[in-house]
Amino acid sequence: MTVLATVQAGVLATARPAVHWRHSLIARLLASPASAGSLLLLTLIVGGALLAPWVAPADPYQASMLRRLLPVGSPGFPLGTDEIGRDMLSRLIWGGRLSLLMGVTPVALAFGIGTAIGLVAGYAGGWLNTLVMRVLDVFYAFPSVLLAVAVTGALGPGLNNSILALTLVFIPQVVRIAESATTQVRRLEYVDAARISGASTIAILWQHVLGNVLGPVFVYATGLVSVSMILASGLSFLGLGVRPPEAEWGLMLNTLRSAIYLNPAVAALPGALIFLTSMAFNLLADGLRSALERQG
Amino acid sequence: MLMFVLRRLLYAVPIALGVTVVSFLLVYLAPGDPLNAIAPADAPAEVIEALKVSYGLDRPLPVRYLLWLQRAVQGDLGASIATGRPVSGEVRSAVGNTLLLAGVAAALGVLVGCLAGAVAGYHAGGPLDRLVTALSVVGVSVPHYWLGLVLTIVFSVRLGWLPAMGAGPGGSADWLWDGDHLRHLVLPALTLCVIPLGILSRTVRALVADLMQREFVLALRARGLGEAAILRHVARNAAPTVLAVAGLQLGYLMGGSILVETVFAWPGTGFLLNTAIFQRDIPLLQGVLLVLCLIFVGLNLLVDVLQPVLDPRMVRQ
Repeated sequence: MTVLATVQAGVLATARPAVHWRHSLIARLLASPASAGSLLLLTLIVGGALLAPWVAPADPYQASMLRRLLPVGSPGFPLGTDEIGRDMLSRLIWGGRLSLLMGVTPVALAFGIGTAIGLVAGYAGGWLNTLVMRVLDVFYAFPSVLLAVAVTGALGPGLNNSILALTLVFIPQVVRIAESATTQVRRLEYVDAARISGASTIAILWQHVLGNVLGPVFVYATGLVSVSMILASGLSFLGLGVRPPEAEWGLMLNTLRSAIYLNPAVAALPGALIFLTSMAFNLLADGLRSALERQG
Repeated sequence: MLMFVLRRLLYAVPIALGVTVVSFLLVYLAPGDPLNAIAPADAPAEVIEALKVSYGLDRPLPVRYLLWLQRAVQGDLGASIATGRPVSGEVRSAVGNTLLLAGVAAALGVLVGCLAGAVAGYHAGGPLDRLVTALSVVGVSVPHYWLGLVLTIVFSVRLGWLPAMGAGPGGSADWLWDGDHLRHLVLPALTLCVIPLGILSRTVRALVADLMQREFVLALRARGLGEAAILRHVARNAAPTVLAVAGLQLGYLMGGSILVETVFAWPGTGFLLNTAIFQRDIPLLQGVLLVLCLIFVGLNLLVDVLQPVLDPRMVRQ
């Protein structure tokens, strides 16, 4: 094995300047204005959410009947106030915490679980592969929004249940990508070489197969975050996610619906943030895909 | 060809059965007794027992599934726990409304998406391509329930051109093909069509841009064919993939319309599902889920079967 690794390293060293591939990948990613812009936007949104107690100008739960639905640009309330007089800017900053948590967690969970299942099914092949993939076909037969709504509805509304439901929706999709990547890799000669030289199945999966599977799955998962953000906030919008008075973009969009006649700009704000975040993740996934492709 | 169709049909059967199992079992994930929705908390034990027997809840789960399946196959989805009316009737009218909305939105999205994608792919790298690519990113990233809200604000609240809610005047749930009902359809359909629009324009753009690079296009040009004739050949090659993607999209919209239906108070399956969830109406929940998913499975089957019509090579594989 060490001989093979040395040969591979030698080939790589002569073919390319000695820059670590990660650095060149990031450099290529940042060279595209769309990816760089999305990264900046995401840094702002995630940073605001993480630092909410320090950057939010006011208490996001402090209601007042005297200042309901102030318009954008009111003194002291730069983005106005909501239907019970809470500061919109602070609630939007705080809302990023739950919205990002609800959007990213299911994808992260599905990424881990789905990759593991796909790796095993793809590497084992045979009847195990057929069994796993046929069972997942059944879950594929449910439109994703419908499955998410039905599972959350059955389990009962709430943050954890909606995260669970979305994870269940994404696992089959991740498994498909991981399984097809694994099936391709396991036929390659270097995997045979590893097996002949006596490496255990776990060592082969961990050291030789996983590295080739993670790339495509990671790109897919980045794009999935965008879908997940929209679905997670959608569940809250339906009343199936987090409960009031929590600050979360989807829920805020729901409770502000009655305000579209009085103060449409404020009512549309939380959705605009969902849109921007989801678009940033989409552009980032596109950028990542083309940066990896060019690496070849 | 016949063998191909039969094989696909055979393949769809276990999936359809799996869907019935999941639809049936899903609602039993829920903590708590389904009878809580109808029986008062202080009801005497014998009343609870009688209710259990009348809804068949005293039997073991597999038996309940088989009984439910047997009746479902005959078109009987049980009675709604909340209203006591047969589920099949409620589901039928709601599914009709959802199919109408999803169908119009999918048709609109697929048509415009294909055109935009073809133009972008043909002029790959040009300003039109960049415009379409940017718009398709917006299309796949926009939370459609928010877009619905924004469209309502612009066209109903500000301009007052279109109604904001319902499927017809006076909140009628029955669809008619007249001007008043059509006016109610405009905003929900426009909102929902953004999803297939974004995905189709992306797919078609990539397909056409790739096909234009192929040697057969060069060969056609060398033979002196006009651009219109070349585009016809490209379209013929792109058609099978477009059909597959478009068919899936219609299916996704059947489920995806839940959120848009809520925004516009459209009397479809989304509304029914919401009611079922918040009233813990299990037969209704199972019924809506089952019917929607079977339609989805059927659509996928239809696409599979239609595909070799467009691409005869598929049968031989």
